[in-house]
Amino acid sequence: MAVTIAKEKWTSKVGEMVLGTEPNAVKVGGESTLPFLHFEGEIPNKPVMALEVWDLEPTDWPEILKQPFEGVLGDPVAWAKKNVEYGADVVALRLMSAHPDFKDASPEDCAATAKAVADAINVPLIVIGCGVEEKDAQVLEKVGEALNGKNCLIGCATEKNYKTITATAMVNGHNVIASSPLDINLAKQLNILMTEMNLPANRIAIDPLVGALGYGIEYAYSIMERARMGALMGDKMLAMPVICFVGQEAWKAKEAKSPSDETPEWGAQERRAILWEVITATTFIQAGGSILVLRHPESVKQVKAHIDKMMESNAY
Amino acid sequence: MGLTGLEIFKQLPKTNCKDCGQPTCLAFAMQLASGKASLDQCPHVSDAAKEALDSASAPPVALVKIGKGEKELELGNETVLFRHDKRFEHPTGIAISVSDSDAEIASKVQEINKLVFDRVGQVHSVNLVAVVNNSGDAAKFAEAVKTVQDNTQFPLVLISEDPAAMEKALEVAGANAPLICGANAANFDAMIGLAKKYDAPVVIKGANLEELAALVEKAGYKKLILDSGAREVNKVLADQTQIRRQALKRFRPFGYPTITFADNPDPIQAIVDAGVYIAKYAGIVVLNTADPADVLPLITLRLNIYTDPQKPIAVESKIYEVGNPGPDAPVFVTTNFSLTYFCVQGDVEAGRIDAYILPVDTDGISVLTGWAAGKFTPEKITEMLNTCGIADKVSHRKVIIPGGVAVLSGKLQELSGWEVLVGPRESAGIPSFIKQRWSA
Ligand code: B12
Ligand code: SF4
Repeated sequence: MAVTIAKEKWTSKVGEMVLGTEPNAVKVGGESTLPFLHFEGEIPNKPVMALEVWDLEPTDWPEILKQPFEGVLGDPVAWAKKNVEYGADVVALRLMSAHPDFKDASPEDCAATAKAVADAINVPLIVIGCGVEEKDAQVLEKVGEALNGKNCLIGCATEKNYKTITATAMVNGHNVIASSPLDINLAKQLNILMTEMNLPANRIAIDPLVGALGYGIEYAYSIMERARMGALMGDKMLAMPVICFVGQEAWKAKEAKSPSDETPEWGAQERRAILWEVITATTFIQAGGSILVLRHPESVKQVKAHIDKMMESNAY
Repeated sequence: MGLTGLEIFKQLPKTNCKDCGQPTCLAFAMQLASGKASLDQCPHVSDAAKEALDSASAPPVALVKIGKGEKELELGNETVLFRHDKRFEHPTGIAISVSDSDAEIASKVQEINKLVFDRVGQVHSVNLVAVVNNSGDAAKFAEAVKTVQDNTQFPLVLISEDPAAMEKALEVAGANAPLICGANAANFDAMIGLAKKYDAPVVIKGANLEELAALVEKAGYKKLILDSGAREVNKVLADQTQIRRQALKRFRPFGYPTITFADNPDPIQAIVDAGVYIAKYAGIVVLNTADPADVLPLITLRLNIYTDPQKPIAVESKIYEVGNPGPDAPVFVTTNFSLTYFCVQGDVEAGRIDAYILPVDTDGISVLTGWAAGKFTPEKITEMLNTCGIADKVSHRKVIIPGGVAVLSGKLQELSGWEVLVGPRESAGIPSFIKQRWSA
């Protein structure tokens, strides 16, 4: 019996999003098949890696994670530049200082930080709020204005605050992260609400609120696979690139945080922690993740090396 | 499986002789299709029809066993491409390789034996030890196989393309159904002959999918594991996908589990590649590392990918004791999602705290999910405190709740009458929390 290569006939593709401006623009999405099945469709853009920058020195990061950023953790501009040196395709600024439990920084102060960071780097910028929905709406409104024309990716918009964030993005020319907790219908619904405000569908990135390896990764994995199949079968409200906040989840895991001497049976912490972040990321990439927000530069290096290999053709 | 009554009917004698106990052949066919009858109840069915029906009703990926006894490994029986369709059946077997030119084989095997991890109350370990005939020497290979076999309970994978070396190794280990790895176009008859002689499973390696299919058809043997010959991760992904897709389309030569090799020269990339293979259909992945830092992420990934997407793993909702808790011991409330419960239990244990843990029945979902879904509420926690009997075990009335649901504390205190202490957000913070904040 001769082997006939089994190819799916997908009818549609993932929308293509552009981040940043020429000559430094980065494109994501656009695939017309499942991840890295070059034998069956087009994969015009590779998944991109973002490294996080905080506008406030993180207190609960393990030493291993702080060490590569020694000297810049208190300076978002210097930290952002360092991320670019480390090979980040995109920088993800997290405006933690806006959080009422921390500095409760004003939207104006946050906007000034975002502007300073954006001006200092030559890669596209993602700006995320502090996670408090009302505050993020206020903050991102100002941030959006300050970054007018820079074509950033801002978020996270939820069903509670999407209106303000979407409006800011439309007026100032940005893309929006739409977050919904691990549910394909909720994701779709938010995308519908945002596109009904006339935000073009290719300016939305889906954030399925992923969990880390060992901590719920399988739920997000399956939601993402289903969303990708929906996109390929023509569902425009699922055809957005997916963003995964991998770093924040992976570095919460005990397997990443526990020092070598506490859990010697798990091997050396550094290797295990980096692998925790890397495997979380590469597994999500297999499920269709396009923008991966990581924390450790070594993880970025490893995931990029893997992606370069995966981008080589496997056509028959 | 998979055949309709009508498809089965076509293969029956259509004489309606009733010897099967059914009024007609069609009625018998319908019984067969729904699994209520078996084919041997019809004494008249032809051998050709029997074979056609057997092979059509066999699972798309054959079940293949490696090893004997307690640690026997079962692979195959897979029925889907995506885990959201139905649970993946048999988790990828993880094999760790040792070389027959390694002087320290026995101690390497001891390290492999130690790769056992406790997770969500279950023990997870690697599954196989692969002995590689790097020396090219048959006697040395056999000797290494003996050392490994004497030092581990895991079934073996014998890796050599030299039939003479394989024969020697099988004289040592052949009685224990090791995986012979394996046959290729050059050594085919000799290797398949050995597999048949020892009734052991064997890997068939093709230079590509085409050759693999041809060799499988030529084998005339069913205890097979497939190797498409690809070694670069991008190509392995394509081949693994093709093999699974075609197996599900009932292209019979590909209806067997597969083997993959994570032998990327970069040690971190090798683990990443192995992760792809675990997610994408590999029956076995062979690793060249026994470092727990490498193996733990992969074992965890395997557990996650192979859990049943329809039902979260839950623990029974009842009082659990850690250590020897007395009337002064702290009481922790959590949910009955296994992962959540075992995080808490593990951290309480790590802090050497004698304590009670009460997992509230949230239908097996986590703290925040349970809270958001209205399944981890002050009412439910109160009910558990009142009915589980904890009030008879402790003299105090203080209960510790997860930091993530601090908002529950007021209402819970009001409803239950217990004093509510808000614990840390992550259970890892429990030991230091207890040191600083606990007195009965
Ligand atoms: C996996 C997941 C799911 C899975 C459920 C898996 C399961 N079996 O629980 C699914 C897909 C089903 C799901 C559904 C929903 N989810 Co959900 N989900 C998650 C996710 C990604 C991980 C949860 C998890 O497993 N964590 C790991 C476990 C171990 O964590 P844990 O139980 O909290 O335990 C830790 C701590 O709480 C602490 N701890 C636990 N017990 C105790 C006890 C004491 C005494 C102490 C001190 C500490 C402590 O230690 C543990 C380890 O650190 C989180 C987001 C995230 N990244 O965390 C969202 C999340 C929990 N989900 C959320 C929501 C809203 C939902 C839905 C309501 C959404 C919807 N689709 O309608 C549904 C509800 C489901 C239902 N109706 O049954 C929200 C909750 C928001 C909030 N703060 O209220 C979250 C936080 C996502 C988000 N950021 O919005 N979800
Ligand atoms: S015994 Fe066989 S041939 Fe006779 S009725 Fe039953 S199915 Fe038909």
